[in-house]
Amino acid sequence: MTAAEVAELLIARFGSAVEPAPVEIHPGVRVAAPVWPAVARFLRDDPRLNFNLLRCISGLDLHPEPQIELVYDLLAMRAPEAPGALWSSGGELAVRVTVARHGGRVPSVCDVWPAAEWHEREAYDLLGVSFDGHPDLRRILCPDDWVGHPLRKDYEFPKEYQGIPSAAAAAEGAGGCGVSR
Amino acid sequence: MGWIQNRFEENLVITSLDWALNWAKSNSLWPMTFGLACCAIEMMATGAARFDIDRFGAGAFRATPRQSDLMIVAGTVTCKMAARIRRLYHQMPDPKYVIAMGACTIGGGPYFKYGYHVVKGVDLIVPVDVYIPGCPPRPEALLEGLMRLQDKIRQGTIARPAQPA
Repeated sequence: MTAAEVAELLIARFGSAVEPAPVEIHPGVRVAAPVWPAVARFLRDDPRLNFNLLRCISGLDLHPEPQIELVYDLLAMRAPEAPGALWSSGGELAVRVTVARHGGRVPSVCDVWPAAEWHEREAYDLLGVSFDGHPDLRRILCPDDWVGHPLRKDYEFPKEYQGIPSAAAAAEGAGGCGVSR
Repeated sequence: MGWIQNRFEENLVITSLDWALNWAKSNSLWPMTFGLACCAIEMMATGAARFDIDRFGAGAFRATPRQSDLMIVAGTVTCKMAARIRRLYHQMPDPKYVIAMGACTIGGGPYFKYGYHVVKGVDLIVPVDVYIPGCPPRPEALLEGLMRLQDKIRQGTIARPAQPA
């Protein structure tokens, strides 16, 4: 199914909470955050749609607008008809969910697609989006005591981390590790 | 070697002993597998057949710091990894040496300006003996760095305590 057909199906069922988002390179739909888990379950379970693979969750910081847009990249995998044949695709879809930058919360879809668990942790770590219902929401790439969310457009680089100077301080000559032989 | 340091003038016995000990140390440097990023690929190539680090006696890569003499830091050092590097360095027994391989370990490399999570040079964490520039350095460059480290070891003597790096 093409993205436009999927959009029609979703709007017929969920009404105004879903809008088509015909971005040329990545067509899909725009979904409001509160109904997103119900839409996700419908996308996965409906026999006409079958979007059973969440390929990626991307985050867009829409600075200077105070919003962050999450893009869920879905694929409908179709098993091969005969042994030895190839897997095929039943269609791709990009679902866009927009949340507020400060204090924005999105319901988690971990119980719909297990791949969401780590992708949502990455979105939390790097962009600061909180997910309701996530079983283990903590930083995944940066250390646990890191301050700030690095991929936000207004992120300020830290001057040091646990005593290790960053580029600005190192350029001033504050180097040396303090470990003697 | 603490009991023998600073007790004798440099005489024939000490210099012969030095020669033998340094020959043994420099020709049996066992590295710790410490490939963090792309430089690890070149380190693996150096350990493989064509460039063969084993002909220098350094082919026995140990996975544990307790049995290794040499830590070749090959790859980008992130802030999260920094604490682990410090801990592993302290777990290595003396005499121990560190080679900083590649641009990232020398001064942050290509991530110097915008890398918020990159440590700008592993010498901010552990003392380094030899720096090998390159991104990544060719296996021949790693072998030359190893040979420079061997020269540095051969200059050492047990009559004086080891100089800080």
